Amino acid sequence: MNAAHRFPGGLRLEPNRAISTRHPVTAVPLPERLILPLGAALGAPAQPCVSEGERVRAGQCLAEGEDPAVPPLHAPAGGRVAAITAHPAPHPSNLAVTSLVLETDPDAAAEPAWPALDAGADPAALRARVHAAGITGLGGAGFPTAAKLADAAGRVHTLVLNGAECEPWISCDDMLMRTRAAAVLSGGRLLARAVGAGRIVVALEADAEAALEAVTAAADDDVEVVTVPARYPAGGERQLVQALTGQEVPAGDLPTTLGILCQNVGTAEAVHRAAVEGRALTHRYVTVTGDAVADPRVVLAPLGAPFSDLLAAAGGATPGLDRLIMGGPMMGFTVADPAVPVVAATNCILAATTALCPPPQPALPCIRCGACAEACPASLQPQQLYWHARGGEVDTLAALGLGDCIECGACAYVCPSHIPLIQYFRHGKAEMADARQARTIAERARERYEARQARLAREAEERRQRREQKKAQARSGGDARKAAVAAALEKRRRRRGTAESDGDDGGRP
Amino acid sequence: MWAALLVLGGLGLAFGALLGFSARRLRDDDDPLVERIDAVLPQTQCAQCGYPGCRPYAEAVASGEADINQCPPGGETGVQALAELLGREPKPLNPDNGEAKTEATVAWIDESVCIGCTKCIQACPVDAIVGAPQHMHTVIRDECTGCELCIEPCPVDCIHMAPRETGVRAWRWPLPAEPGRP
Repeated sequence: MNAAHRFPGGLRLEPNRAISTRHPVTAVPLPERLILPLGAALGAPAQPCVSEGERVRAGQCLAEGEDPAVPPLHAPAGGRVAAITAHPAPHPSNLAVTSLVLETDPDAAAEPAWPALDAGADPAALRARVHAAGITGLGGAGFPTAAKLADAAGRVHTLVLNGAECEPWISCDDMLMRTRAAAVLSGGRLLARAVGAGRIVVALEADAEAALEAVTAAADDDVEVVTVPARYPAGGERQLVQALTGQEVPAGDLPTTLGILCQNVGTAEAVHRAAVEGRALTHRYVTVTGDAVADPRVVLAPLGAPFSDLLAAAGGATPGLDRLIMGGPMMGFTVADPAVPVVAATNCILAATTALCPPPQPALPCIRCGACAEACPASLQPQQLYWHARGGEVDTLAALGLGDCIECGACAYVCPSHIPLIQYFRHGKAEMADARQARTIAERARERYEARQARLAREAEERRQRREQKKAQARSGGDARKAAVAAALEKRRRRRGTAESDGDDGGRP
Repeated sequence: MWAALLVLGGLGLAFGALLGFSARRLRDDDDPLVERIDAVLPQTQCAQCGYPGCRPYAEAVASGEADINQCPPGGETGVQALAELLGREPKPLNPDNGEAKTEATVAWIDESVCIGCTKCIQACPVDAIVGAPQHMHTVIRDECTGCELCIEPCPVDCIHMAPRETGVRAWRWPLPAEPGRP
């Protein structure tokens, strides 16, 4: 079935998928060292629950988040924790992140599998399993899946399994559906059960014929298979929902508002592995492609394997290699060091020559041609946002809807002046987030300051009251004392009177 | 003519009385201007402006007693926001009040040196330090406004300021380099 609607803007790009789907999926040989960054993605970093030098089994939990939204991390292979140290991580900053370095041992024992959860399992138990297995969105953004499920539970009627690749060159979801279609659908049913969705839709791009065939063959009547036109960024969550339903996700909101939950097909497969096979998320499909790699293909890589090992598994880099990109050519970022490890969000490693990714041309002034606005899939006005982003006008950027920008790069791609619009927007979004955080902090500080002032005033008042009470006591106590003295004197006088009459001195010293 | 004068005069008196009554009875005690100024201020409560907190400074600005350029944590953008709110000309920050910070900081207590004197707890305007006499104190990082008021009272100098975020979490996409722009 074809999708009935379309999303605005977008680009028709050469998919370049065939070159990496010629070979079957290759498993990357187990590297000697795996590097597992603790928290380069969203949220607070996970805390290691093993110590340096400790021996671990494959599948053992290595780090957990204090925050329940932070998924735990498991050992992709058995071995020894060699170090917990800073190591370059796949992050656009190319900064080092505290990472667990695991010296692998192919003979090490594996953790026993968790008991299988079947199709009739309790939704809360399913969500707990998704969390325990450390599953994050495998589409590229890496949002913790259990948190997404908890937010959507009971609010959605449709689960969309997103099999539309987010960018050209990337083919790991395509290959996954070709090889593991049954597992993807099984995971999809479990996800639907975990959130109470009655309808399951698998969405693929129209040109992914082999994957479409595999999924259709594996699907029963309970799953709808829908194709969307291959138009970048069809794999974007909001764009996909719009293409499927014709409804636009409201600004600043999530598809759950429309009763729809989107999950990547890779995530669904990981959920199947966690629930049915009882295994944590420790491996993923990664596309190794580009014009600077000898034999592009999709590989099955353990998390923590260095990029260089994946390149080697795809025949190695060719001499023209100019840069390594994690992600696709549109939204990916350059990785400075080929030793950075694969993380759950690594869907593609693009080895590019200068022919594929030429160095940025100098930006020319904006000529207000409006091509960017036509290409924008979120119906924003990039040329206008550009001015305000340059000026750092955070409030204006928010009012013009920069928060809805998905950073797809379509605007920068079509810009005849080569303005790096996405960089401006990423910077602007960071400033917006900072301003939002500053406001939250200020609001809390105001509350705490007022609470403290009120407490100090109350304490001063209590002290004053106590003082007054004491004074009053002293006053009344003083009267009592005077009375006692007077009574004593009176007694004495009387005694003396009787003593005098007796002729005795009354025991006077 | 007299009838008209009487009617209009009477109406005037009646409405005047009504207005006077409502002005007295339904008076809004909160000065909305102070509220609005307070909302713009960063709530660091650092007292660098010369007032004991952001609210007192907001009151002083509203009454015209204080100028709009006395809040270093707010920086130039804060002055700009105040100028816009009050319809005044923005001006540079008054150097007598201190310099604007380049990044958000929080206080850290060196817990091995802390003697548990509670002086910093008393100085903290937002109750962001926990501890008890003769026991170690510590800063609640999420509640600290970076006002630095705890540094001076510490008798053993065990408090220092550190950036709120470090490493990857502090990193932001930079603006693209443009010729002719710093």
